[in-house]
Amino acid sequence: MTKNKIKRIYMDHAAAAPMDKRVKKAMGPYWTENFGNPNALYKEGLIARSAIENAREDIAKILGARAKEIIFTNGGTESDNLAIFGAVKNFKSGHIITTKFEHHAVLNSCKRLEKEGFEVTYLDVGKEGVVNPKDVAKALKPETILVSIIYANNEIGTVQPIKEIAKVIRNFKKQGEAKQNIYFHTDACQAPGYLDLNVERLGIDLMTINGSKIYGPKGIGLLYIKNGIKLEPLLYGGEQERKLRPGTENVPAIVGLAEALKIADKDREKESARLIKLRDYFIGRLLGEIPKTVLNGHATQRLPNNINVSILDAEGESIVLYLDEAGVACSTGSACTSESLEPSHVILAIGKPHAYAHGAMRFSLGRSTTKKDIDYVMKVLPDIIKKLRMFSPVNIKI
Amino acid sequence: MADVDKWVYSAVVKDHFMHPRGFLLGEPKEGEFDSYGEVGSLACGDIIKVWIKVDKETDKIKDFKWQTWGCATAIASASAFAEMIMKNDGMKVEEAMNIKPKDIADYLDGLPARKFHCSILADKAFKKAVENYRNKK
Repeated sequence: MTKNKIKRIYMDHAAAAPMDKRVKKAMGPYWTENFGNPNALYKEGLIARSAIENAREDIAKILGARAKEIIFTNGGTESDNLAIFGAVKNFKSGHIITTKFEHHAVLNSCKRLEKEGFEVTYLDVGKEGVVNPKDVAKALKPETILVSIIYANNEIGTVQPIKEIAKVIRNFKKQGEAKQNIYFHTDACQAPGYLDLNVERLGIDLMTINGSKIYGPKGIGLLYIKNGIKLEPLLYGGEQERKLRPGTENVPAIVGLAEALKIADKDREKESARLIKLRDYFIGRLLGEIPKTVLNGHATQRLPNNINVSILDAEGESIVLYLDEAGVACSTGSACTSESLEPSHVILAIGKPHAYAHGAMRFSLGRSTTKKDIDYVMKVLPDIIKKLRMFSPVNIKI
Repeated sequence: MADVDKWVYSAVVKDHFMHPRGFLLGEPKEGEFDSYGEVGSLACGDIIKVWIKVDKETDKIKDFKWQTWGCATAIASASAFAEMIMKNDGMKVEEAMNIKPKDIADYLDGLPARKFHCSILADKAFKKAVENYRNKK
């Protein structure tokens, strides 16, 4: 069973990060020992309740928010759905602004609402994968109900000018043209380890965060809902989470999410600085040592841990599987790995042809990543590409 | 304990993908083949090109080579098809024309259903090559 002894090099932290041991430790007492239902009046219940409320307080502090503005959900997708469907549920029609390269949790929610009669503007993101706030200003209308723009793109890591977009929306509201309040939502799932999460500074009304991308547990997320913002629930049941998210609270996961966010907050600056160096070193070597390789997304306005390149005349699924065999885990924008067999909508959104999406490789670094790991990838990857190109009939001109 | 040898497709697919047989290195030499066929597109993410040399007397396939850009199953399918038709010094053209995608999938010990349509292209490219060959004659 252990004949395959190659060391694994994990470079897919944007998909899932290993749970931090400190997180596991913090969650420890809430499985069997303190198992109570947080809604019960007796001691077991109160212990569970205080664990949740302490977690909520800790998280609120990190976000610069109030505790009651934090709602726990089962993850990023649910938070995105709650923000979007919850915001528009009381409207029969209206206008929504989002981008062409949102996470599917936002994109497919908006597509669904389009079918229900809402008008959706999907903003271009330019060649660099960064939304222009001026385009948001142009898209705003009196009927606009919601603007949802990802904080940092999950595939190419480009960071969006959330503060500037918030300002544009505030100005539009000040002019008195809006028929109703306009909610500004951001999916910040990839952001906590590297970017400013302060909701006041960002100027957002709704923000999605989840556990599994930040070395926390899977199956837990949160939605920040600014005081005064009215959402309708998606699920009906008990009165948990201010009646916005019924169901017995996932106590250990909530404790774990808070611990993971605390660690991310504490290590943010140092870890970002460390990873930026590694990222730029990696990008430099990829572009320099593998011919016909192009970077996807802005070179510096991107997450410190994100590398996304298109390697032409080779195809992503094949590269992933050859790398896997060499001990490296990463992901691709190729259609072959998706159920729908559609290539990455993100790579297409930045104006690259289909073939670039099929050859798009994402390496997302993490806390365990060292320069040695990158050197190892650069030892095996050029030969893999040479081999795949050896029997490839394609020769794309760049 | 997690299975460290886990792989997404069958062991036969893996073998063909990791050690592809019967591909053409570089461009064909003048007169090396009688014709070629190509299917797929850059948009779909899979392109296969095949070359054939046919024995005019016996109508047997004397040589078959391929090049593939695409996913693991596309590469494995091309390699498997090459092996299938070149067994016993080459199949007769008519016999090879009867190879169905399912035969290739079976030879590879199975492929996921969603991969059938897009990644088994060798048989189609081969048919095109034969068509070109027949038209030339």
